[in-house]
Parts: sequence; structure tokens; C-alpha cells
Amino acid sequence: MADKITRPRPKKDRLRRTMMFMNAQRPGLIKDAYIYGVDSIILDLEDAVAVNQKDAARFSLYHALTTIDYGDTEVIVRINGLDTEYWQEDVRVCVAGGADGIRIAKCESADMVRQVEAAVEAAEREFGVEVGRTLLMAALESPLGIMNAYEICTASDRMLGCAISGGDFRQSMHVQIEPDGIEMQAARSQMLLAARAAGVQCLDTMFPNLDDEEGFRREVDLVARMGFDGKSVINPKQIAYIHEKFAPTQKQIAHAENIARSCRAQSEAGIGVYVVDGKMVDPPFYKEAERIIELAKKCGVYHGDL
Amino acid sequence: MVIEKTAMAGTLESSDAQVTVSPADTLEVVIESSVINQYGRQIKATVEDVLDRLDIKQGLISVVDKGALDCTLKARVECAVFRSCDASLADIPWGGAIR
Repeated sequence: MADKITRPRPKKDRLRRTMMFMNAQRPGLIKDAYIYGVDSIILDLEDAVAVNQKDAARFSLYHALTTIDYGDTEVIVRINGLDTEYWQEDVRVCVAGGADGIRIAKCESADMVRQVEAAVEAAEREFGVEVGRTLLMAALESPLGIMNAYEICTASDRMLGCAISGGDFRQSMHVQIEPDGIEMQAARSQMLLAARAAGVQCLDTMFPNLDDEEGFRREVDLVARMGFDGKSVINPKQIAYIHEKFAPTQKQIAHAENIARSCRAQSEAGIGVYVVDGKMVDPPFYKEAERIIELAKKCGVYHGDL
Repeated sequence: MVIEKTAMAGTLESSDAQVTVSPADTLEVVIESSVINQYGRQIKATVEDVLDRLDIKQGLISVVDKGALDCTLKARVECAVFRSCDASLADIPWGGAIR
């Protein structure tokens, strides 16, 4: 039955500037999900699906996963919480259908990741899917989840990253959305440190107010500068600006090219520290320059020849 | 499987289908669709294909199609049948009878 899986093997380190939520129960939505050009879609079995439609959503999800050609778009499924009776069957259908990854809602501990991993591995064996194929990511939605972010991110080799979920998090902290993001500053920072220390991706929450374009842009600018890899979206109109902001600028690219071009010559000449474009450069900069060029290529904004 | 009681799945939203299954002595498929002239035969074939795979020999299957894709139609028929047996919530044969 694993021959039904037509999607290529999921990659942990792919581009995830945007992840768009879609209700797995609504056929009108999931059939068009890939045309918007998002990097990842998240088909939702959790909050978007009413309690009495969890079963119907799984049948719908299974056929969508095995029938619809999502092209290069990554397909992740958000499963129901581990405190519900639904999540185990959610895992079975995700694995059988060949979802690229599973998003663990309300993740608070490494044990929760390991619990899901065990169920995923059992399902991979049951359905004849390559063991280790299905990736995992954690949604951190509470102070405890943020406090345990590093343990969560390192709990499994399948972990591609973590995402903060603003709605639940702000509620548990007794705060509202603030224009400067101060209410989430500590949590975002701590989660970023944990994700980078663990070597996985770090993704920001969605911006819920669709009419507040200025607020949306301010939040995207903030999290891009902080070092996030991407951001959840709930509406296609949010995609373009995020893609623009998470791509390197032409100025950054030009500087990275100058570093990359000069570094070999300099190191062959036995020079450690030198100056490029008026800025001091030493070996750690080479790696960062390569990362920027690589990111620019993936974002489709690189026009050079390196 | 045997349809044990009346059960329904799906909605009347655009791109969806609402499927109702009920116990009956014979097997009958009734389809209502705004595109019945173009796709009636295909819808019926898809529904019968699913019923065949689920080994349904008896029952009244009523489909109100609102322009559903094949994959949606299949999902709705399967869900209605599994609901009629109170078996829709766990241990679904993904990739087996469901494919």
C-alpha cells in the first residue's frame, strides 16, 4: 500500500518561509491549496474541524494526500492534541497517506514528541512506509512548551523545527497583541535560541487581523530581523510580503558574493582577517556568506554565478 | 460491511457531496447533481466502485452532489458507510479497502 505514496521523500532543511493552514474537512479548500505558492501547507485536523467531523476529515485527508498533486509544496498535517481520543488515528492516516510531516499541537515536553514518534513508527511499519520518512514539528503554545523548547527540539531525529502559536500563548500569559511585539519578545527569543541550539528551524505564529496590513508588516519585519525561518499564514494575501522579507536583499547577496569570492584567495595567501566592502571579515563569515547565497537561490532571487 | 443504520456524511457546500446510506434489502444508488448530464455516469461508477471495495451488497445510497471531485465523493461515501456501522473513528483500513 506504500506504493500509493507518490510524494518525494520529505526534507528537514527545506525552505519554510510560509506555512498556510487549511481545514482538512473542506474539499473546496484543500483541492486548491498548492496554487498559492506557499512553501508548506498545514492540513488541519485539530481546531478547524468540529468534534463530530473528525472522522470525516480523515477520509477527506487520506484521499487528498493520495490523489492531489501538491507539486513542490510541503504537506504537513496538524493532528489533534495528545489529551484527546483522536490523535492516534490521525497519525495512522497521515502516515498511510504519505504526509511529509506531522505538527504536534500544544507540545509541552520531549515525552510528548517521543509518544508521537512511537505511534508514527508503528504506523510506518503497519503501512509499509519507510521508517523515518515522516517528519515531526512541535507547536509551542504555552509557557511550559517554551521553557522545554530545547528538549522538545532534540527529542527526535525527525524534528524539523518548532513554531510558536500566538493565540493560546498570549491567552496563557494574560496578554494581547501589542504593536511592538513586546508581549511575545521573551518567548520568541527563547524559542529561537533553543531551535538554533538544536539545529532545527524556528517558525513564527500567524497574524490574525487580516485588515491590519501595517500591523502585519511590522510583525513580519520584526520576526525576520530576529532570525526566524518563516511564519504561519491564514490567508493567501499574506504570502508575498513574507516571501519578500525572508529572502536576502540584493545588497546582502552582493556582499556575500564578495566574501565568498575573496575567501579562497585570502586563505591560500595565509591571511585570516581581512576587509570586504569596508567590513572586517574572518572565517566564520564565509559560512554565513554561503548560507545567504544558498538561501537566495532557494528563494529565487539569486542571479549570480556562484 | 453491512449498513446497519441510517448515516450521513458531507455537506451541501460547493465542491462537496452529501451522502446518506440506509439499510435496504437490495442495493440502490440514487444520485442528484446539477451536472448529472455530464458526470452522472462517472459519479455513479465512483460510488459503485467504493461500495464494491467495502463489500456492500445491500442498502440505499443517496448522493447529493455539489460538484465534488472524485476524491471527495469517495471520502464521503466511505465515511457514511463506516458511520452506519459505528466504525468511523478508529482502525480504518487506510490503503486497504480505503484507497
